[in-house]
Amino acid sequence: MPLNLPQLVDFIAKNDWPFTQGHRLCPGCNAPMVAKWSTMTAKALGYEPVVGAATGCLEVSSTIYPFSSWNVPYIHNAFENVAATMSGAEAAYRSLLNRGKLDNKKVKFIAYGGDGGTYDIGLQSLSGAIERGHDFVYVLYDNEGYMNTGNQRSGSTPTGADSTTEPVGSKRPGKLQFKKSIVDIVAGHEGVYAATASTSEPMDFIKKMEKALEFEGPAFIAVLAPCVRFWRVPEDSGPELTKMAVETKYWPLWEYDMGEYRVTKKPRNFKPLKEYITKLGRFNKLIKQHNSDEIIEEMQEYVNAKWERLLALEEISKDKPLRKKI
Amino acid sequence: MPNKLAVTGANAVAHAMRQVNPDVVAAYPITPQTPIVQYYADFVANGIVDTVMVPVESEHSAMSAVVGSAAAGARTMTATAANGLALMTEIVYIAASYRLPIIMPIVNRALSGPINIHCDHSDAMLVRDSGWLQFFSEDHQEAYDLTIIATKIAENDDVLLPAMVNLDGFITSHGVDVFEMMDDEVVRDFVGQWEPKYPLLNTEKPVTHGSLDLFDYYYEHHRQQEEGMEKAYELLPGVFEEFEKISGRKYDFLDKYKSEDADYVMIVLNSTASTAKYVVDELREAGHKVGLVKPWVFTPFPKKELIEALEGKKAVVVLDRAMSFGKEAPLYSLVKSALYNLENKPAIGSFVYGLGGRDTTPEMLHEAFEAAMNDELDADTQKYLGLRE
Repeated sequence: MPLNLPQLVDFIAKNDWPFTQGHRLCPGCNAPMVAKWSTMTAKALGYEPVVGAATGCLEVSSTIYPFSSWNVPYIHNAFENVAATMSGAEAAYRSLLNRGKLDNKKVKFIAYGGDGGTYDIGLQSLSGAIERGHDFVYVLYDNEGYMNTGNQRSGSTPTGADSTTEPVGSKRPGKLQFKKSIVDIVAGHEGVYAATASTSEPMDFIKKMEKALEFEGPAFIAVLAPCVRFWRVPEDSGPELTKMAVETKYWPLWEYDMGEYRVTKKPRNFKPLKEYITKLGRFNKLIKQHNSDEIIEEMQEYVNAKWERLLALEEISKDKPLRKKI
Repeated sequence: MPNKLAVTGANAVAHAMRQVNPDVVAAYPITPQTPIVQYYADFVANGIVDTVMVPVESEHSAMSAVVGSAAAGARTMTATAANGLALMTEIVYIAASYRLPIIMPIVNRALSGPINIHCDHSDAMLVRDSGWLQFFSEDHQEAYDLTIIATKIAENDDVLLPAMVNLDGFITSHGVDVFEMMDDEVVRDFVGQWEPKYPLLNTEKPVTHGSLDLFDYYYEHHRQQEEGMEKAYELLPGVFEEFEKISGRKYDFLDKYKSEDADYVMIVLNSTASTAKYVVDELREAGHKVGLVKPWVFTPFPKKELIEALEGKKAVVVLDRAMSFGKEAPLYSLVKSALYNLENKPAIGSFVYGLGGRDTTPEMLHEAFEAAMNDELDADTQKYLGLRE
């Protein structure tokens, strides 16, 4: 039975958050929502989360020695290796259980990474850990740039966004490329559960987190989680923006499970992508200095095509898993 | 009963690992380390050990995974060489700072570039400041023994530092030689179980590993790391003594061969010491008072023991199988600095040899000894053995 809202509310009222107060993330940052909801889901299901984090905002802000915001076991190793680090911890867990040195059967491993640590520098480590079939959940909080180091461009930064390493200038309209489709890359490993989620849809995220935790093998959830500071948006606007991202097909909510695709939210009416783009201050320079209509039109065509493709994948893969085992 | 086996050095090390019985081994293949991990994988595949192996996708992930595993509370090992160690280096430092007693045989190979698969010590010297204990082995027996000794000292609660056991690529790793293997139970009793204090997997007492450690604590933590090194130096003689009781083999910081009454002493690491011992014997027969000092322990560097071994000598020649471009060779600079406080300093000379697996012959070692005996050493000139110039 999936967790329902009253159960969660009841659990939250009676228990400490595994990721608690005292962290120094910016007001309005969406990363803490991701950390809180995911660990709380694990706890509410009776699991003992053991957490790893890649270097990034969440890591530097939650564990400034001698303080920690983590009420659960936590390890940070480096930037590019949270998946490898957790694969070692998970291997240790299997070995110690097998050798009778440990009898706690409720441990679940959760790795956190930002988009830099996932799309870019950590991609190899993530791919290796998934291919080896480690039983862990990788949660990506995707704020579409190296926000911890001051808004440098990443493989996740959207076309036309202003960043400090690919700024909008008089000659260049910011980032030229589309962002990677990270969940497709993960789904390409085939023996995996992979999903997108959004801070505007906590129940969708929690449901996916539950599936990910119960999936016996590698699972991955990419959560669109705005950085209000470098998206140049009001502090209280994060979930409102991710809601728009879903409604404009910019960030469709879908999942992949061993070969089967499912779109988990199908908005009845879509908004034009331009509405979302113009809400984000990171596109202001593009809009002021360049022929942004052309770029936005290209992006609109892309998200339309992606959406059609997702629906087609859902249709074609229904009840047809690609793999029966990892 | 101890058993004599004629096998490769890689096989001997794999047996030491099997007997130490790690919970987890995570490794990535690189020549000439491959046979160690292959032998170990065979042990696992055939149910001889129940270690969980993690065949990672790079050395960077190998070191990352062993950090995760050791932090989780598992006895953990890996092995690598050359470029693999270079790729790991970021996490090699982290492993030491997290005080995780990981054991890692290093099958010494020249660092690129250009690429070369043969023996030198540039890989070991790359990480000499990383905070790992570093042992060096002359042959199969020593590589086997030191892997067991390294585990014992690394896991000591007052030390808690990772350890590398160096053996020469191909020469030791792939050459066949006889070594004496102890009984499994004897080794297991000697190393015991590792009881980690703050395992990540203790969910009842959650601990944060790897905090952001800024200007207010990082410095103190690094001072504590140095204390771990000091403790290792202090406790190693006891471990050597205990090891002698189970094996009959006597280890120390330094292997001293006919050096006590020698006037001229050569210092060299790993397998070249075998050739050097042969040359010492030849020169002794010809009436020359020569000897050899070979460090078994490189980090912590046995400065006091070296001073004692070298005081009163006429001349010392230090052989380095690695260069430190633009500076004195690594072993030489440490030996030279150790002698600073001596009132009557021996003459000292630096000889680089064997880079990229260049064969090191007895004639070359004669050349170094002769330079010492003919009073031709210059402390500020680096000389090269077996180099075409």
